[in-house]
Amino acid sequence: MATKDIPAQDTITDDELALTETIRVAVPERSVRHDLRAVSIVWRRELIRFRTDRLRAITSLVQPVLFLFVLGTGLSRLASHGLPTGVDFKTFIYPGVLAMSVLFTSIFSAASIVWDREFGFLREMLVAPVRRWAIVVGKCLGGATVATFQGLIFLALAGVAHVPYDPLLLLTLVGELLLLSFTLTAFGVMMAARIKQIQAFMALTQLFVLPLFFLSGALYPLNGLPAWLTVLTRIDPLTYIVDPMRSAVFAHLPVSPLAVHTLSPGITWFGWVVPLGLSLAIVAFMGAAMLAIAIAEFRKTE
Amino acid sequence: MTKAISVSALTKKYGEIEAVRGIDFEVAAGETFGFLGPNGAGKSTTIKILCTLADPTSGSARVAGHDVVRERDTVRRNIGLVFQDTTLDNYLTGEQNLRFHADLYGVPKAAFAPRLRQVLEMVGLWERRGSVVATYSGGMQRRLEIARGLLHAPRVLFLDEPTVGLDPQTRVSIWDYINELKRREDITIFLTTHYMDEAENCDRIAIIDHGQIVAIDTPEALKASIGKDRVQISTADDEAAIRALDDVFGVDSGVHEGLVTFSVESGEHFVPRLFAGMPVAIRSVSVSRPSLDDVFMSYTGKTIRDAEASIGDRNRRIATRFGRR
Repeated sequence: MATKDIPAQDTITDDELALTETIRVAVPERSVRHDLRAVSIVWRRELIRFRTDRLRAITSLVQPVLFLFVLGTGLSRLASHGLPTGVDFKTFIYPGVLAMSVLFTSIFSAASIVWDREFGFLREMLVAPVRRWAIVVGKCLGGATVATFQGLIFLALAGVAHVPYDPLLLLTLVGELLLLSFTLTAFGVMMAARIKQIQAFMALTQLFVLPLFFLSGALYPLNGLPAWLTVLTRIDPLTYIVDPMRSAVFAHLPVSPLAVHTLSPGITWFGWVVPLGLSLAIVAFMGAAMLAIAIAEFRKTE
Repeated sequence: MTKAISVSALTKKYGEIEAVRGIDFEVAAGETFGFLGPNGAGKSTTIKILCTLADPTSGSARVAGHDVVRERDTVRRNIGLVFQDTTLDNYLTGEQNLRFHADLYGVPKAAFAPRLRQVLEMVGLWERRGSVVATYSGGMQRRLEIARGLLHAPRVLFLDEPTVGLDPQTRVSIWDYINELKRREDITIFLTTHYMDEAENCDRIAIIDHGQIVAIDTPEALKASIGKDRVQISTADDEAAIRALDDVFGVDSGVHEGLVTFSVESGEHFVPRLFAGMPVAIRSVSVSRPSLDDVFMSYTGKTIRDAEASIGDRNRRIATRFGRR
């Protein structure tokens, strides 16, 4: 504990006294409460940065909007041959594009670690008497929150894709978005732990993001695919969140059970349908695993 | 009283490159201690180890009475740091940066507001606390970092090249703040620098070169240790002057660069006697005290600039291999 003595002074006014008396600051022993306070401030910093960085919020929305409106509308006539009546192509791809809307923001939140490292701020966090897990968890929570806010904006556009604004549906989707964005931020933070330069991180992002999206079944149903594609889609973690989201949306659409079965057949592993709970658990597990790896990486010293 | 810093046989290797080769020193509480040496001498590596950002390869270091490896968090609670590169969040305001620091270090909430005011007033940034850091000048950012480093009232403040990259005026004012700080708070200051004039501010300095300490003492003692003042005079008749210096004062002299040059103890006391007793007219006189540059040169055989040039390459090799964490 660091305590200071009050230095002696001769003649001073009350105001000056208030300033010359060295304020006693005793930094207490590290405790869980202290670590939680650190989690909170790292989390809050993400929110402040998000609030002040309007440009990032807008540009992150461009891609999913393009996918939904341009691709969605453009392809709808071609796709209508495969879709039962009453289901718009835009509605079909909406859950996947919603997942995409949090994808970039989550990764960019993690990218800010590399940015901070290049510009020094990370060192301020690493040298503090606080556990590394608190910093990593705070970052993931912050990234998840910010990305979900992005998702909420996109969720507001649900009506344009003929997705009903059912409160239960919206709540389910928000919950799934939180889980997804936490896992994605953890993934990004795990990568950021090792990467020193922002260009390298960006290059890695390009390498991962689109494949993750395309292999998730966001744009096409997961059944009836050739073997190699089937395998790849089952490996993609995004698949395990897009499918529950799509199921949730379809549960609230006025379509026939046959249509639901054709378009949202669920994820199958060699014919066995993966239950919803397991699907979400897989995503949660991956998030936890990547978080653990990220923490381990950050705990290393030079 | 416990030493603020004590280091024993400290070594640090990056692969096969030895950045620090077995150094020993101690810093008493309340001292201002400086590490003087060229870039690449091992100053930054040493400070990283003392700040718990890097682990030593061998040897030990204790800061504020605690071991840097085994009691890392305790050391961190008791130290403040101002790095060579800014570590501020440019998108947050000055106050937000400090609040972040307070939460990270667990500064009790009741103490935060008055302490914030006190440190910001001390560095003259209280008025600008609500502005985003990106709008601060380089000097202001450095001052904010000093304020931040002090926020949690540490026992030891580490300054890694505190005035590098700042203009001369700002450099002077930063030192005014540091001296004010020393007056107000019971704190030990450890700094690294490659500026000679900055090292003069220290109570004691250690000269470091190629990962080893070559000398430790007060600046005055170091300068005195390498000899006398150099006096140069230009005269109407150099030959006569040299003879007179020998006959009247018993001083050997010679002509260098057109000036009669000789060495005496305490040149500034000698000059009045010189003018009083010299039969030959003197046109101009200059007295040079040995500078720390002279000290560095006498201990390492080269000037600081020469040393930096040759170490530059090695530094780059370390940097590319291990990056900055």
